Amino acid sequence: MDTFQQGNAAQKKGTLGSLFFNNFLFNRSSLKHSRRQQSKSVYKIRNANLSVNNLNVFIHKNHILKNVNIEIPDKKITCIIGPSGCGKSTLLKTINRLIDDTEGVKYDGSILVDGTDIFDKKTEITEIRKKMGLLSQRPCPLPMSIYDNIAFGCKMHGEHKKKKLNEIVEEQLKAVGLWEEVKNRLNSPASKLSIGQQQRLCLARGLAVAPEFILADEATSALDPISSKHIEELFVEMKQDYAIIMVTHTLRQALRIADHVVFMYLGEVIEAGPADEVFNNPKQELTQKYLEGAFS
Amino acid sequence: MKFKFIEEKIAKSVMIAFALLVVGFVVNIIYTILRRGLPALNWDMISKIPAGGYYNGGGGGILNAIVGSLYIVLGSAFLGLLFSIPIVFYLNIFLKKDSKFAYIARLAFDVLFGIPSIVYGAFAFTIMIYLGMHTSLGGGILVITLLIIPIFIRSMDEVAIQLPKDLLDATYALGATKLETIKVVLRQIAPGIATATLLSVGRAIGDAAGVMFTAGFTDSIPTSLSQPAATLPLSVFFQLSSPNAAVQDRAYSAALILIFIVLVISITGRLITNHFSKNKI
Repeated sequence: MDTFQQGNAAQKKGTLGSLFFNNFLFNRSSLKHSRRQQSKSVYKIRNANLSVNNLNVFIHKNHILKNVNIEIPDKKITCIIGPSGCGKSTLLKTINRLIDDTEGVKYDGSILVDGTDIFDKKTEITEIRKKMGLLSQRPCPLPMSIYDNIAFGCKMHGEHKKKKLNEIVEEQLKAVGLWEEVKNRLNSPASKLSIGQQQRLCLARGLAVAPEFILADEATSALDPISSKHIEELFVEMKQDYAIIMVTHTLRQALRIADHVVFMYLGEVIEAGPADEVFNNPKQELTQKYLEGAFS
Repeated sequence: MKFKFIEEKIAKSVMIAFALLVVGFVVNIIYTILRRGLPALNWDMISKIPAGGYYNGGGGGILNAIVGSLYIVLGSAFLGLLFSIPIVFYLNIFLKKDSKFAYIARLAFDVLFGIPSIVYGAFAFTIMIYLGMHTSLGGGILVITLLIIPIFIRSMDEVAIQLPKDLLDATYALGATKLETIKVVLRQIAPGIATATLLSVGRAIGDAAGVMFTAGFTDSIPTSLSQPAATLPLSVFFQLSSPNAAVQDRAYSAALILIFIVLVISITGRLITNHFSKNKI
């Protein structure tokens, strides 16, 4: 019961936020003064831009991703779907280059994030990763208190003022609807939270370093139905401010929340496009078969 | 009754018997030390340095050895941690799992682990002769540091190797460099660091052969790193070698003090780690 109420409260907040945001978008060219004021707030003018071009990934001579070309639209939920082992997670891990630590990995092609090629030797990968909040399959809180889990990233990027950190922690915990549940025990270990709460904490932790993208790797598959509903609602609410890329193996979840769909099969992108197009009118036979449940 | 239940009963009894046997040894050792050492233990033992003729039954105590041992243990534990944490961090975070260098390094630490302390002592002794150094507290600290670094590294490494990959990925995803993950890694392996420290301290305080050549033995308390230092195990050894029964009893009280120090260090270590590892995932 509690969870649902908080979900509603969070949605209300989201609507307010979006009003504020749209309003601002319309007026942004009118007044320089107001732009300067607004840009200080959370809703910065930005244009999250990600495109994957001719990407090939090999692990120990296995060709995992084959000539992948996709564009990720901003302010939308992009769902990457496909049967197990088709390279969905590898693609996600290549986008923030977490794949670098895998043994025997090689890649070619390019991934442009806001115009910067992330494979370029001059690119500082930490800056790229900072732009991408990651939500993994199982929640993985840092071995610290709830407060420090969120403050850790900010401290690492140079924010040490206690007052500012308190604000960020409160703001992000409210954004994921966790504030009311934990405000009295911010100093207790994050591992004491329930698994659904941990996943929301991980989301808040990622949001605290002000990313542009949110990468979710089957982020709800380890959660109970209520917690995963909560995460889905948060994603829908947050797409006004972020580009969300989500790997999912539940087709129904993609149907519920995707705006844009990428269907992969055996390391190749078979079809990509707006959700209603791909789901209602697939161009490829394979996509149709997958949607009909011929294989999974 | 089915055979598998009989089998289980027999196995269980064997396990209990073995456990009791080991506990029996420990109880026996402690009992012997208490029986002979407790009557000889008095305030003079822990508050005074040996007076003239102490080893023939004269007055005084073993404060020189207590202080010397504590200096060496604290100094070498500090230096050991200082050297081994960066090594463990490098092996586990910077090197890939299939790295040849990591393999060779781990093998080397395993070999070092098995080298007896007398060999470290003799090795350090030849270097000290070459450099024209005398037996000294500094030399003792260095040789014990060498002795415990492999213990530190191997026991921390066993914990660090099991660091969850998700945890590192989560930290990288926040924009951390490899070095910046150290705050997360240290918190996660805190229990390993504690176990490593306790094992090392136990080995360091109980070692007699390594310090014999390098720290030497003296009846006074060292005031600088270049002066020789006494240690508890050597103090026990010298008192036990005395023909005088009263002096032999003092050896047992020295051993009692040694065990007590190890106990205090272990308990404090556990308390400190519990405090730091409460957030472990």
